[in-house]
Amino acid sequence: MNLFQETGKYVLLMKRVLVFPDRWRMFFRQFPKELEKLGLQSLPIVIIISVFIGAIMTIQTKLNTENPLLPAYSTGLVTRDTLLLEFSSTILCLILAGKIGSNIASEIGTMRITEQIDALEIMGVNSANYLILPKIVAFVVMMPFLVIFSMAVGLIGGYFVGVFTDIITTANYLLGIQYAFIPYYVFYSLVKSLVFAFIISSVAAYYGYYANGGALDVGKASTNAVVNSSILILFFNLLITNLMLN
Amino acid sequence: MIEVKNIDKSFDGIQVLKNISAVFENGKTNMIIGASGSGKTVLMKSIIGLHRIDKGRIEYDHRNLPDMRMSEIRILRREVGMLFQGSALFDSMSVLENVMYPLEMFAGTGHEEMEERARYCLKHVNLEEKSFKLSPSEISGGMQKRVAIARAIALQPKYLFCDEPNSGLDPKTSLIIDRLIHEITVEFDITTIINSHDMNSVMEIGEKIIFINKGEKAWEGSKEDIFHVENKDLNDFVFASELYKKVKKANS
Repeated sequence: MNLFQETGKYVLLMKRVLVFPDRWRMFFRQFPKELEKLGLQSLPIVIIISVFIGAIMTIQTKLNTENPLLPAYSTGLVTRDTLLLEFSSTILCLILAGKIGSNIASEIGTMRITEQIDALEIMGVNSANYLILPKIVAFVVMMPFLVIFSMAVGLIGGYFVGVFTDIITTANYLLGIQYAFIPYYVFYSLVKSLVFAFIISSVAAYYGYYANGGALDVGKASTNAVVNSSILILFFNLLITNLMLN
Repeated sequence: MIEVKNIDKSFDGIQVLKNISAVFENGKTNMIIGASGSGKTVLMKSIIGLHRIDKGRIEYDHRNLPDMRMSEIRILRREVGMLFQGSALFDSMSVLENVMYPLEMFAGTGHEEMEERARYCLKHVNLEEKSFKLSPSEISGGMQKRVAIARAIALQPKYLFCDEPNSGLDPKTSLIIDRLIHEITVEFDITTIINSHDMNSVMEIGEKIIFINKGEKAWEGSKEDIFHVENKDLNDFVFASELYKKVKKANS
């Protein structure tokens, strides 16, 4: 199937997904479950990765900018801006594309191959809307919180370097992360994260929904979901950055 | 009553159904039989509307399915119950929640009434109260089929479709499921269509039988007629086992 056919099929699926639910009661029953599954259950991985990357970034920045002409606070500043601009939105979303994307694709794909989606259709339910909409809405709602959490935890990770090593002093680090702060960077990062959350959840749902065959094909659907959503994240990262920062 | 008239269906240029016409009467267990790959599943899925046919008519009490819009098909499907080969129960829900699901989507009654109806359906298929809170993975294959039947009849359907209802079940459980389907068909005056290649089922509950061979309707009749048919393909299919060869011999 070529790119245009795939895109057309994706758009047609989204046309079925992005409509008001048949029963709001059923939507609001699913929605909190998805918030918990896609959002809260992602917190541990977000914390672990962010704190380590924050710490590592601080060490590497300090070691690569050993120059008496550079101010001592520059390490904290670079760490903060890297976290705000790129890591906590784009890199975190690439990681979550693996975790959440494969989760959504395999869950919906399994429902497809075990005829559970056919059962919904036979009942007269809009299966795409019932299964996919709560996931997309829940993930888009949770993503800004995950990103802000990642930014905070990443900065704390850098602070630990100051506390537990003598690579950088905590005073210089704290000065750096507050120096010349541009709030627009946070807004830019949140806008990106909303777009990426939609890409991850909808692309994964698309591959899961159209999975056919057996267990092997569900695995393929998960892989395709992760690979293609990652490529789309990178493409839209370039596009949004060009639009918002250029 | 469901009437199909001259339907054709192809996939990628390969014709799978060729000019099939049949009438499926209400209050009867209508069976579609045939060897694997003969086109019987495609025929059933076409009748339900999961496959769009190339030509012909599929009339649900004189309402032609191919002429309907998606919204009309959704309304029609609320009159349809289906028992899938693998039961297709929702993993994330308990047995009781599975049966309540169609009621919650479409019944528009209070929660207590829905639960009462779901419990009635589950008891109707001889499931015990203690299994209601279990998840589908915690019950046996035969029980899963019963839950699927209970879910299919929850909204009191006018049409019931069963795709290989006995697949994966032992002969005794198969018999129980067959009799249950037949009882429900007669009790609620449903138009039931069963897709099977299990000759025990055919002999047990097949009131009207349609034999599909290579995408064509090769024979139509009752289970009593089947012993006296001259059709070679049908005889090869029905009397493939030694048991049925002996039954035929005894009958003749």
